[in-house]
Amino acid sequence: MSLDPEYLKTERSQEWRATLRSKTKNKERTAIQRVHMPEQDPMIRVKYQDREVNLGITSDQAALEASRCMDCVNPTCIEGCPVNINIPKFIKQIENGDILGAAATLKETNALPAVCGRVCPQEKQCEARCFYLEKMNLPSVSIGHLERFAADFERESGAANIPKTAEPNGIKVSTVGSGPAALAFAGDMVKYGYNVTVFEALHEIGGVLKYGIPEFRLPNAIVDFELDNLKKMGVKFETNFIVGRTASFDDLREEGFQGFFLGSGAGLPRFMDIPGENFNGILSSNEYLTRVNLMGANSETSDTPVILGKRVAVIGGGNTAMDSVRTALRLGADRAMIIYRRSEAEMPARIEEVKHAKEEGVEFMNLCNPLEYFADEKGMVNRMRLNRMGLGEPDASGRRRPVPIDGSEFELDVDLVIVAVGVSPNPLVPSCLPDLKVSKWGTIVVDEDKMQSSIEEMFAGGDIVRGGATVILAMGDGRKAAENMHIYLQNKLSNSTKIN
Amino acid sequence: MIFFSIVQAGCNQSNQITIFERFFSIYFSMNKILEKEYFSDKVIRFVVENKKIAISRKAGNFVILKIGEKGERFPLTIADADPVKGTITLVVQIVGVSSAKLAALEIGESITDLVGPLGKPTDIELKGTILACGGGVGVAPLLPIVEAFKKAGNRVISVIAARSKDLIILEDQIRRWSDEVIVMTDDGSYGRQGLITAGMEEVIKREKIDECIVIGPAIMMKFASLTTKKYNIPTQASLNSIMVDGTGMCGACRVTVGGKTRFTCVDGPEFDAHQINFDEMLMRLGGYRAEEVIANNKFIQQ
Ligand SMILES: Cc1cc2nc3c(=O)[nH]c(=O)nc-3n(C[C@H](O)[C@H](O)[C@H](O)COP(=O)(O)OP(=O)(O)OC[C@H]3O[C@@H](n4cnc5c(N)ncnc54)[C@H](O)[C@@H]3O)c2cc1C
Ligand SMILES: Cc1cc2nc3c(=O)[nH]c(=O)nc-3n(C[C@H](O)[C@H](O)[C@H](O)COP(=O)(O)OP(=O)(O)OC[C@H]3O[C@@H](n4cnc5c(N)ncnc54)[C@H](O)[C@@H]3O)c2cc1C
Ligand code: SF4
Ligand code: SF4
Ligand code: FES
Repeated sequence: MSLDPEYLKTERSQEWRATLRSKTKNKERTAIQRVHMPEQDPMIRVKYQDREVNLGITSDQAALEASRCMDCVNPTCIEGCPVNINIPKFIKQIENGDILGAAATLKETNALPAVCGRVCPQEKQCEARCFYLEKMNLPSVSIGHLERFAADFERESGAANIPKTAEPNGIKVSTVGSGPAALAFAGDMVKYGYNVTVFEALHEIGGVLKYGIPEFRLPNAIVDFELDNLKKMGVKFETNFIVGRTASFDDLREEGFQGFFLGSGAGLPRFMDIPGENFNGILSSNEYLTRVNLMGANSETSDTPVILGKRVAVIGGGNTAMDSVRTALRLGADRAMIIYRRSEAEMPARIEEVKHAKEEGVEFMNLCNPLEYFADEKGMVNRMRLNRMGLGEPDASGRRRPVPIDGSEFELDVDLVIVAVGVSPNPLVPSCLPDLKVSKWGTIVVDEDKMQSSIEEMFAGGDIVRGGATVILAMGDGRKAAENMHIYLQNKLSNSTKIN
Repeated sequence: MIFFSIVQAGCNQSNQITIFERFFSIYFSMNKILEKEYFSDKVIRFVVENKKIAISRKAGNFVILKIGEKGERFPLTIADADPVKGTITLVVQIVGVSSAKLAALEIGESITDLVGPLGKPTDIELKGTILACGGGVGVAPLLPIVEAFKKAGNRVISVIAARSKDLIILEDQIRRWSDEVIVMTDDGSYGRQGLITAGMEEVIKREKIDECIVIGPAIMMKFASLTTKKYNIPTQASLNSIMVDGTGMCGACRVTVGGKTRFTCVDGPEFDAHQINFDEMLMRLGGYRAEEVIANNKFIQQ
């Protein structure tokens, strides 16, 4: 694909790119400061659940930032991107003023650029491998901000191009779930000409993009726009449909579906199994975020209730924890606290989210671990007991293992606790497919090159395979699965015509 | 309306009419209410069109509904289903906003979102004599279970109970699939006076019961379960925890069974009654009471 060095070389040697390279000296390029993303004032933004924190860069800022990129001969940034976006090409298109072209380049390999530009942990992926950072120890090119800029520009211009699809081949395939893995799969399969149906258990399409990630980070309108494009390409969506329950896989096979993509995600919330954890006012981040993001519980007009805590403790240090704690602030908490058992260096959340959370006034109680919860006479949580942790030797994950410090116990008044200590793979699909091979963690086992499961016509990807990853990794899986299912189905088809 | 006329204006060719019809049959007859019957002013039976659920459901399964764009997701047991007609039956008791919104729907209107069948089906086998106990609106989910046990060849004795006569529902339907029915009311306005446990003990003392199933308000299930525990009768209780998604994604429905946290929507709704921590469950059912009262007052004012 786009990692192919020959392809990259040909693309790079195009005249417009050569001209652009010679226009500005590398020294001048490296002298430019990295762009700063304009943000909503923290004191104002904490009042609005639905206003985006990052405001987006201007055309001028984008052009200047794009000119920092040196269009490297060996663009290592591409290796850092799980879907291998042709990064220098799209950035040079921005520098050249061809923003719609840049958007088209993004869409060659990424079905949801406006989403990824916002939520990718760029500092661990593409930007971590940028020449600036790797070789010059300078801030990397702001690939994520530029990606968002190009995708937003295209959407707002109204000139969004709907990718071309091949002639319909009449073969029916479906996805289980509608998260980023399934959407990427659906987008590619419809391009190959398949008749694609996306089945989603909830009443909204989008998976975590809708029920998990809050609007202040990823507005629903942006996800909906991308979904609309998929609809225009011919993807069919069925909500309120639980594969394995509403209809079995056998039923679907009977309806003519020949291939399945299992993208059911890691929806099962983990708890810590400590005393008092089932008191009222203690909920999983999934429940809290679903109530607010999917059900709109923060709005006056919604029937779904949500507890508006004043002293809110969020347990965990990942994106889910940051989203929960910042939501609690926006819903009126006086104290919104992160309680994390390691130190900030080990936090799995995106750096930007931690920074934003701090600006907004979130208290970080790192190296602390909950031990027990207490409640009032009605069973509503009112207090918790914790202890402090020190860092020991690195564990299997390479992060230093937290160890409790003797005699460090203390108590904290709380009236809402949100447990965000991770999720497990959704067991529903494996439970209705006895022949499907799953690991001891409950993830679906696939051949990593093809994303094919132990059941031939079933491919899988995203969190149900990885047990919790990122949007872009899930999408990368979806695309790989589509490519290989296409090969599989075409082979099957030509074999059966040979036999007949 | 405007949409209607535009579509009709463009519908001169016959193939367009089929597309038009298909559009309406797919999008407008989904989850349509075909029958509505009042058992009392607070308890209503609905027959709703949903072919897929009608075919897939088993006794003990439930659905999650959402009414209107801003509606809440809430669970109801599938009381009955007709796979040929493609309909399911729901029996709802009005307790708050969502149940009242459903109750306000009329024949011909549709439920915005309906998903299922959810939960593990009841384990139906030939066991001997079954004691089936339903309290209040719990009789609705009990009905398909009574029917299934009877069809599996069991002797079924049903005890149904409510506060007063007008809250006794589905008596005739329960009778159809029971060898014997005992009706109990708290105030003695119908059947025998007394709590459900009195009726249960009478049967237990009289003959050997192989298994008991209890469905109803949490407090009733707690005492019914204590009763059968005394006599060592294996007992299943079907729990009505607060739910959001119903697919195991949120943990709102968690209960403690045998000292372990379980999710009612995927691990249940039925559990070994003698292992359930009913006190915790009762506490959790009140988790959003303050918020619900506010919402209900707002709804009534409208
Ligand atoms: C709060 C939160 C914040 C996050 N922030 C970030 C971030 O900033 N950056 C980032 O890269 N990643 C982030 N992640 C992680 C990222 O969202 C996930 O890795 C990604 O969404 C996984 O995608 P997926 O397609 O595998 O599954 P999901 O997005 O989980 O979607 C699975 C869907 O399948 C449906 N489903 C399950 N079973 C069935 C069935 N049997 N039939 C029909 N439908 C079914 C579910 O209802 C769900 O909608 C975050 C996650 C959370 C929870
Ligand atoms: C698996 C399952 C099957 C069910 N089957 C049926 C059924 O067949 N028919 C039926 O009428 N009801 C059934 N219920 C209960 C029904 O879901 C609730 O009555 C409904 O959600 C209440 O919503 P509301 O908005 O009308 O009331 P709310 O405003 O949410 O609540 C009003 C009052 O009811 C209490 N309450 C809230 N939720 C529940 C609950 N789940 N159980 C008991 N009390 C509750 C509240 O604490 C409050 O006091 C079932 C519940 C479950 C979990
Ligand atoms: S998709 Fe993510 S990793 Fe890839 S270039 Fe864009 S921001 Fe970077
Ligand atoms: S590594 Fe950095 S500078 Fe080089 S092409 Fe990629 S983004 Fe541009
Ligand atoms: S209702 Fe959400 S996990 Fe059971």
